[in-house]
Amino acid sequence: MGNRSLLLVGITGFIIGLVFTLQSRPTLQEFGAVSWMPSMVGISIIREIGPIITALICAGRIGSGIGAELGSMRVTEQIDAMDVSGTNPFKYLVVTRILATTLMIPILVVLGDGIALYGSFLVENIKGQVSFQLYFNEVFGSLEFGDIIPSTVKSFFFGFAIGLVGCFKGYTCGKGTEGVGRAANSAVVYTSMLLFILDFLAVLISDIFYEL
Amino acid sequence: MEKESRHTAVVTIRNLYKKFGDNAVLNGFDMDLYDGENLVIMGKSGSGKSVMIKCLIGLEEHDSGSIQVMGKDIDDLDADELDELRTEIGFLFQGSALYDSMSVRENLEFPLRRHTKKFGKITDAEPLVMEALQSVGLTKAIDLMPDELSGGMKRRIALARTLILKPKIILYDEPTTGLDPITSKEIVQLMQSVQEEYKTSSIIITHDVDCARAIANRMILLIDGKNYAEGSFETLQKSTDPKIQAFFK
Repeated sequence: MGNRSLLLVGITGFIIGLVFTLQSRPTLQEFGAVSWMPSMVGISIIREIGPIITALICAGRIGSGIGAELGSMRVTEQIDAMDVSGTNPFKYLVVTRILATTLMIPILVVLGDGIALYGSFLVENIKGQVSFQLYFNEVFGSLEFGDIIPSTVKSFFFGFAIGLVGCFKGYTCGKGTEGVGRAANSAVVYTSMLLFILDFLAVLISDIFYEL
Repeated sequence: MEKESRHTAVVTIRNLYKKFGDNAVLNGFDMDLYDGENLVIMGKSGSGKSVMIKCLIGLEEHDSGSIQVMGKDIDDLDADELDELRTEIGFLFQGSALYDSMSVRENLEFPLRRHTKKFGKITDAEPLVMEALQSVGLTKAIDLMPDELSGGMKRRIALARTLILKPKIILYDEPTTGLDPITSKEIVQLMQSVQEEYKTSSIIITHDVDCARAIANRMILLIDGKNYAEGSFETLQKSTDPKIQAFFK
């Protein structure tokens, strides 16, 4: 599920990096603060934009996929068939998927962050003749462990939430094709809401650590 | 009298009740399945036939009553014991329920991987898979995916997947529904040959009168969640009761 989402995460990250830099540049230029661009983009993408955007894309792609797949397995009695054959479908279908999303989303976040930063660098390179080395030196120079660790930890929770909600909605799917559609749809809606709540909690908790 | 001449009951259901909300589906259903017999259960749609066999295998929880399978009360079994008992019961689902992300071979191997207790550790499942496929006459389909199979072929492969665990009891949930008359006849013949080869006892849920005529040793008509009538196909067919006659028209 991770490798199939990579292209989508990559393209989205790249465009966000480009757009974010293009939009911010004139304002920073006005205040003579263009040199802050790599630090600002780096911190914004690593701490917030990268994890949440990647998670939202994966909620749409992976969460709905899991909801629809398990939902159709439920309505076509494949889950019952597994039960009857003595296999615990919860362990076989649910635990494996939640584990996969929990481990894959942080990897996708890291790749998405990297591609978004590269997109941002391209704009800076074209508009401000900033070299690759200088740009990324500025980015990493401004980052601290306090930026990287909370975003990595919350990515694991995002992955867990995507797998959990997708599996729950699919596993408890209503009858018929309508039920499958509803399972896929509500998997995305509820996961997206849960992601924002988790993100808010993550910001609150990391703020407490900052103050300490 | 007929019951007494038979062997022991392999399934005994007494006073089975099951409700979904306010809808009482089973209202004190009783049933015995004897060793080696084909018991056909007929009833209108929504009369609780499928719910009954799902209760029997533990896929649905019943509200009250008792279900004994091969001398074991399923309410007294823990999850592992229930799984072990399930290896003795095959279930042919109405829609075949083949795992659509797996090939026919993988579908058949899947239950084997999970039941090392019954078969020991299987290093080469091929002979068992081929044996099951031979029983249903579809050895050529071994590497096909479920979406490449016709409705009749799916039903046969599902039966092969059921047979691979060599069950003592097979539950058929509307085995001929949705099939054309010729394929239905083939499935019924297959069910008969499976019973002869594997010496199974079977419960067949069906609306198909031709299927019931061909395969039933005994029939139960299920009306309003309980046994309305019981007997051989011929006896029930000759009944003058309009409710019974409605099934044979």
